Amino acid sequence: MRSRRVILLFVSIAGLLIGWQLLVTFGDFPRFILPSPGDVLNRFLETVGDGSLFRHLATTLKEVFWGLALGVSFASILGYLIAKSRWIERLLSPYIVASQSVPLVAIAPLLVIWFGPGMLSKILIAALIVFFPVLVNIVVGVRAVPEDLHALMRSLGATRWQTLRLLEMPAALPVFFGGLRVGATLAVIGAVVGEFVGADSGLGFLINVGRGLYDTALVFVAVFVLISMALILYGIVVGLEARLLAWQRRSEE
Amino acid sequence: MNSSKTEPILNIQNLSAVFTDGNGELRALDELSFSVQRQEFLCVIGPSGCGKSTLLRILGGLLRPTQGSVTFSGEPLVGPRRGVGFVFQNSNLMPWRSVFENIALPLEVQNTVMSQVRPQVQELVELVGLQGFENWLPRDLSGGMAQRVAIARALVHDPDVLLLDEPFGALDALTREKMGDELLRIAVHASGGRTRRKTIIMVTHAIAEAIFLADRVIVLSPRPGKIRMDVPIELPRPREERLRYTPEFGKLAQRLREAIG
Ligand SMILES: Nc1ncnc2c1ncn2[C@@H]1O[C@H](COP(=O)(O)OP(=O)(O)O)[C@@H](O)[C@H]1O
Ligand SMILES: [Mg+2]
Repeated sequence: MRSRRVILLFVSIAGLLIGWQLLVTFGDFPRFILPSPGDVLNRFLETVGDGSLFRHLATTLKEVFWGLALGVSFASILGYLIAKSRWIERLLSPYIVASQSVPLVAIAPLLVIWFGPGMLSKILIAALIVFFPVLVNIVVGVRAVPEDLHALMRSLGATRWQTLRLLEMPAALPVFFGGLRVGATLAVIGAVVGEFVGADSGLGFLINVGRGLYDTALVFVAVFVLISMALILYGIVVGLEARLLAWQRRSEE
Repeated sequence: MNSSKTEPILNIQNLSAVFTDGNGELRALDELSFSVQRQEFLCVIGPSGCGKSTLLRILGGLLRPTQGSVTFSGEPLVGPRRGVGFVFQNSNLMPWRSVFENIALPLEVQNTVMSQVRPQVQELVELVGLQGFENWLPRDLSGGMAQRVAIARALVHDPDVLLLDEPFGALDALTREKMGDELLRIAVHASGGRTRRKTIIMVTHAIAEAIFLADRVIVLSPRPGKIRMDVPIELPRPREERLRYTPEFGKLAQRLREAIG
């Protein structure tokens, strides 16, 4: 079952590459419009060889990681408070809902002006874009904890911290992971958008450079690395989820 | 049973519970007064919605009464007490915790040293007959097994008082009778070891179950719940299956049935 899926994946990738090569061979496009797979591979090896690819990758990875960490932390804390207190909810939710109508791409330049072209502005953009979906999931997850389990904890004389640790956190974990999965993908988008606007390093910056020089093969390299990065990140979240939420898996296996 | 020399463990005076929500007031319990002796097994029966769960939640310190007072061992009851075990209608297990971990929960909340937890939990696992299932998750348990875990969890910190809210309500008739027997074996008849006889207050809507298990049965009226009848059950202990088919049992059942109306 599993090996068949892997084989199918390879077949479809091979098909894509062959189709691409045929397009280049018979389409007669100039290289700066559509480089061949071989061109892209060469460019990839070059950038790996001189270490520049890893440098840019490391920048984007750090931005994504810290953006995700910051956004998830704030969203978790605020989401918990909103779920637990009607008062805080009434106070904050108008702003949070309103903030969702602001297109992040439009305020990214502001953040770059304020926080400079370094990593900080990208981290903030990634954190902002991650914030909302995680927040919503935390609120839903914490609110959905069964009232009877709360009564059980109270009957045992549990403290607030014990209730959080032993009941609310594990109960909200599945929904939290739902938010994290979306968040992991969005954080990559946030970081790259930030790098487009203004940066001196990162995969988004590399795409900009490649575009400016009509080095289209370089653009392809950066895009493929970005896609792989987003997929791996998503895979890590899903893997973590499968480990931590084994209790939730259906007994069909 | 009603020796006035021993102080009752629970004393309930003029207890009323009123819920207020958007569209007015709802009186769930109306002026209840009764007391419960140490080691007594009291069953509360009544039609659904008459306030049985509300009463139990008040006795467990989970809900404040609107009027009246509850004293526990002579002190006013102000909140949940550690000497009380609560069994809910649905087994109310944490789905992410194994059987063992669910039973250990009260000890974990009491910050018992983890090395001391294992023998205590293991003892309860054996008492309710779940050896070999320690690592199972709640989703893989049958209703009867889940309810056993719930009972073990309520007993693991060795409380004096056990409050049970229709604990066998979701089980089929045969499993239900079997669980009743086991409850008696564990919490009432057991002698020796650390399981001494508990004070038990159990809500049920099954008349035969109440008679078979209890020392005393209180019948509540439809909402607002008032005490309709308060009868001692003077059947010999240990209770045995054949009791169910004796004339006394039948007469008691008839009386209770008529009281419920
Ligand atoms: N938290 C609550 N808020 C409002 N009404 C409630 C609440 N809890 C119970 N009630 C109402 O009080 C009445 C008694 O409920 P309950 O004690 O659960 O009855 P029983 O357990 O006997 O079926 C019911 O009509 C129920 O709808
Ligand atoms: Mg009830």
